[in-house]
Amino acid sequence: MRDRGAEHFPGPLHQPPVVANVDAIQPHEHVEHPHHPKLQHHFDDMAQQTEASTLGMWVFLVTEVMFFGGLFLAYLVYRHADPMGFQEASNHLNVKWGAVNTIVLIVSSLTMAFAVRAAQTSAPPKVQVGWIVATMILGSAFLGVKVIEYADKFEHNLVPGPNFVWEGKYPAGAEMFYSLYFCMTGLHAVHMIVGLGIMTVIGIMAGRGQFDEEYYTPVEVSGLYWHFVDIVWIFLFPLLYLIGYHYANH
Amino acid sequence: MFTNFPFFPQQASVQAGQVDAVYFFLVAVTAFFSLLIAGLIAFFAVKYRRRSDDEIGVAIHGSLALELLWTVIPFGIVMVMFGWGAKVFFDLYRPPAGAMEIYVVGKQWMWKVQHMDGQREINELHVPIGRPVKLVMGSEDVIHSFYIPAFRVKADVIPGRYNNLWFEATTPGRYHLFCAEYCGTKHSGMIGSVVAMPPDEFQAWLSGGPVSDSPVAAGEKLFQSLACNTCHVQGAQGRGPVLNNLFGSTVQLASGGTAVADQAYLRESIVNPQAKVVAGYQPLMPTFQGLVTEEQLIQLVAYVQSLSQQGATPSGSSVPTMGPTTGAASAQPEIKR
Amino acid sequence: MTNYLNNGHSLASWLLTKDHKRIALLYLVSITLFFVVGGFFAMLVRFELLTPAGDMLNSETYNKMFTMHGVVMVFFFLIPSIPAVLGNFLIPIMVGAKDLAFPRINLLSWYIYVLGGLFTLYAALSGGVDTGWTFYTPYSTAAANTHVMTAALGIFITGFSSILTGLNFIVTVHRMRAPGLTWFRLPLFVWAHYATSLIMILGTPVIAITVLMVAAERALHLGIFDPALGGDPVLFQHLFWFYSHPAVYIMILPAMGVISEIVQAFSRKNIFGYSFIAFSSLAIAVIGFLVWGHHLFVAGQSAYSGLIFSFISFLVAIPSAIKVFNWTATIYKGSVSLDSPMLYAFGFIGLFTIGGLTGLFLATLGLDIHVHDTYFVVAHFHYIMVGGAIMGYLGGLHYWWPKITGKLYSEAWAKFSALIVFVGFNLTFFPQFVAGYLGMPRRYHAYPPEFQVYNVLSTAGASILAVGYIIPLIYFAYSLFAGEKAANDPWGSRGLEWEIPSPPPTENFTVSPVVTEGTHQYVHPKQEVGLA
Repeated sequence: MRDRGAEHFPGPLHQPPVVANVDAIQPHEHVEHPHHPKLQHHFDDMAQQTEASTLGMWVFLVTEVMFFGGLFLAYLVYRHADPMGFQEASNHLNVKWGAVNTIVLIVSSLTMAFAVRAAQTSAPPKVQVGWIVATMILGSAFLGVKVIEYADKFEHNLVPGPNFVWEGKYPAGAEMFYSLYFCMTGLHAVHMIVGLGIMTVIGIMAGRGQFDEEYYTPVEVSGLYWHFVDIVWIFLFPLLYLIGYHYANH
Repeated sequence: MFTNFPFFPQQASVQAGQVDAVYFFLVAVTAFFSLLIAGLIAFFAVKYRRRSDDEIGVAIHGSLALELLWTVIPFGIVMVMFGWGAKVFFDLYRPPAGAMEIYVVGKQWMWKVQHMDGQREINELHVPIGRPVKLVMGSEDVIHSFYIPAFRVKADVIPGRYNNLWFEATTPGRYHLFCAEYCGTKHSGMIGSVVAMPPDEFQAWLSGGPVSDSPVAAGEKLFQSLACNTCHVQGAQGRGPVLNNLFGSTVQLASGGTAVADQAYLRESIVNPQAKVVAGYQPLMPTFQGLVTEEQLIQLVAYVQSLSQQGATPSGSSVPTMGPTTGAASAQPEIKR
Repeated sequence: MTNYLNNGHSLASWLLTKDHKRIALLYLVSITLFFVVGGFFAMLVRFELLTPAGDMLNSETYNKMFTMHGVVMVFFFLIPSIPAVLGNFLIPIMVGAKDLAFPRINLLSWYIYVLGGLFTLYAALSGGVDTGWTFYTPYSTAAANTHVMTAALGIFITGFSSILTGLNFIVTVHRMRAPGLTWFRLPLFVWAHYATSLIMILGTPVIAITVLMVAAERALHLGIFDPALGGDPVLFQHLFWFYSHPAVYIMILPAMGVISEIVQAFSRKNIFGYSFIAFSSLAIAVIGFLVWGHHLFVAGQSAYSGLIFSFISFLVAIPSAIKVFNWTATIYKGSVSLDSPMLYAFGFIGLFTIGGLTGLFLATLGLDIHVHDTYFVVAHFHYIMVGGAIMGYLGGLHYWWPKITGKLYSEAWAKFSALIVFVGFNLTFFPQFVAGYLGMPRRYHAYPPEFQVYNVLSTAGASILAVGYIIPLIYFAYSLFAGEKAANDPWGSRGLEWEIPSPPPTENFTVSPVVTEGTHQYVHPKQEVGLA
């Protein structure tokens, strides 16, 4: 073939070191300090790495919003189609457990925020691990409550399918409600479990003293994820547990 | 014209000509712009071909005037397409009042047609020319689609609801009927014919039909046998709303909204009664989902429709517009295939 | 001389690589394999359709063939193709970086893709799926007795590959640009991929949750889409098309980016209307999310929703038209060289114009009633996806092959196969427009005899097209062993990628570039601006 490179096409910009349209004769200046051990080599500096990581987590959370969004859309459509059925089914859920879970998660977001703060202020590893463990305990408590609730549903034939039994006035609407209840809280619970896995890893890293004010990005982005999972629950709780709660006979 | 190598199907309905007109406009626009771009590219490629190895192009960065030109003109053209297409669509979408109703049920893998006077057909649809015909269609299983290319009409046939389509045939003949939504193994076998006939021939065909009940009559019998009348009492307040003169009216719902009592509403009220409980009534009605077939639903809906002046379509009685119909009359029963 | 190809020869150095260039090659190999698989299914379909009767395959097998053709080609070839191969390879270089923002996530995305692909291949080999790639309910949840679950899971898994790729590109473009490389100095290839990435991250999660719901309905009998269980089958269509319409823009936007690069390089001229093309890419991505309802015009939705979706569907055509005019204007007063990449670019512009304009037929409400679910639609989308996207992909491969491999291929054979592809393609798909308007429905195993002549033409064209695709496999492979070595810049082009060696070193740049102006600024020392 033909080589139409430097010899045949002598633009003024083709000269070694070959960086056309650019002006890079001097190597990129960098401040003389040893690289942070956690600096990945395709990044120029820790600031760029941190910004990239955080932006990456935010973009990921946007995808999670769209992921849950499909279920919220289905909920919207079916609740609009059968509002009375959804209300009747919602009133059957145990609001106390739901409220407990809501408070548990909100507090866990608080402990998570403290964990991030601890890392950010170079607190001793024990303190960092303490906050992370507290978050995990609360997260596990949340899952424990969900286990109790799910078991109760199984016992009372409230799992949609051939064994579904509904004594109220709106069986079709109730079955649809419970389909969505299990899908939405189930997907949320899966995210919680993944969150606990992430916390385990972060906890171990914190215990090894890997986080301080110069490098705490993993804690920060894990915190973002945890807060997101919390916020999803904040939407799920009223939509599933509190439909017409004020008007129901309690 | 090109009978061996046709480019478009016969125009056999009032709508067909309208649709083809839009089509020809779009073909012309497509041909024009395709040839324009292809021509320009070919022309420029030749005229500005590279003549020496180190030759470069002229540094032109853009032109706001040109950008506006080739934004505004295409926008104008597509708006014409949009408006024209929308107009034709609305004509296709809205059956005129007084259209002859025929029920269709799609099922894997056949079309079941139910004329209001009792005639039933499988994979065939006989219609008169010169008269608007409205098809009310449901599915027994999965999504199908009722497609008559010669009439340029199509509508999906979706389980759990009714969809309509209407047409007015203009030319007698036998035309393709296709299922146009993939529905499983024998999807391409779910085909048949639409037979358009002059009105007198159509009447003759109707009279030569089998001895089955009209849907309205069958529906009336079902209404009794399923004990609907125990709650929906004729002319009096029972546990369920009165059904006389219900069809076509606007109903107040317990949830506060309203609904128009059309065929879809009636069908839903039978299979999912809690969805739209009428104001002032309790959600007591049991669901008949799974207990009645699509055809039985058609019969019940047709019966309730017949209880209303607006919805009156002839059952066994003869009505001038339909011509002499037969319910229990003599002629040899023929199963139309 | 060390470059990314000879920097480590073990299997582990390839399968555990973090180098975006090696990952691009991993993708190249796997998507080529899937293309062959998908093409094989297509050949079976076309051979069956030579005769009106369904005499070669039985109905169920035929239905599986077109389903698998669609699933494999859409999810395992078209959607990854340009972004995963050319995007992965070029974007870090084009922004002046050493790698993407998240190299390990890049590798993970390839593994996820392979895992999803294996699930789908398993579904194909253990009996196949026959729902159509669109999986409409309730057929897919209640009636189909084939491997819907496995295929659905395969698609679910692969979706995450797409999401992670998009995420990586977005963060890279935002945070990894070299000093001086402002947004409006970026190559249009990067703009195109940025817009594509927006769609990937916003749309793919929706198909993910949708196939999950289909799987849940099928496995657990939860009634979400099945009317017999109280669900709404049309809800599935809304959710499915909410992703799958933007997905077609995932397939075409990268190709448009490739064309922008090729047209500049082979006219030796910067693009006409740079910012218009850049903003058009974004506009297509955004507006593309608002048109999904045009797939539901005959589903019995309200006529007013039809009006809205029809209107917006017309709007989304305008930015594409703007691009076509700008590319054409770029060639004006250029120094045009008809090398094989440019032939593919010209093919793209012509065929994409036809494909895009036939999309307007489908956006036109009154007309769509007649042509919906006929071969007219099939012809339309193949004009865009094969005449458009695949030609863009091939053009890009031909343009950047010397950079990626350091070798030159036979230009004569390349020109020849470009011609074969063009002829074969048009013969395959143009008759389908006619058959469709005549009323031949899609997904038909057997058809009435009057459609046969168009089907015969189409199959003949497909055979020619297949040859056009096989020849490059041969000369590309040959070039790896016996091709001439390529210099840094064999085409006399512009761009950061042409300033570094072919093939590039692992870290791309020995020194970090500082950029002072946009790409494709051609200046000749001996002449003033302008040609004789």
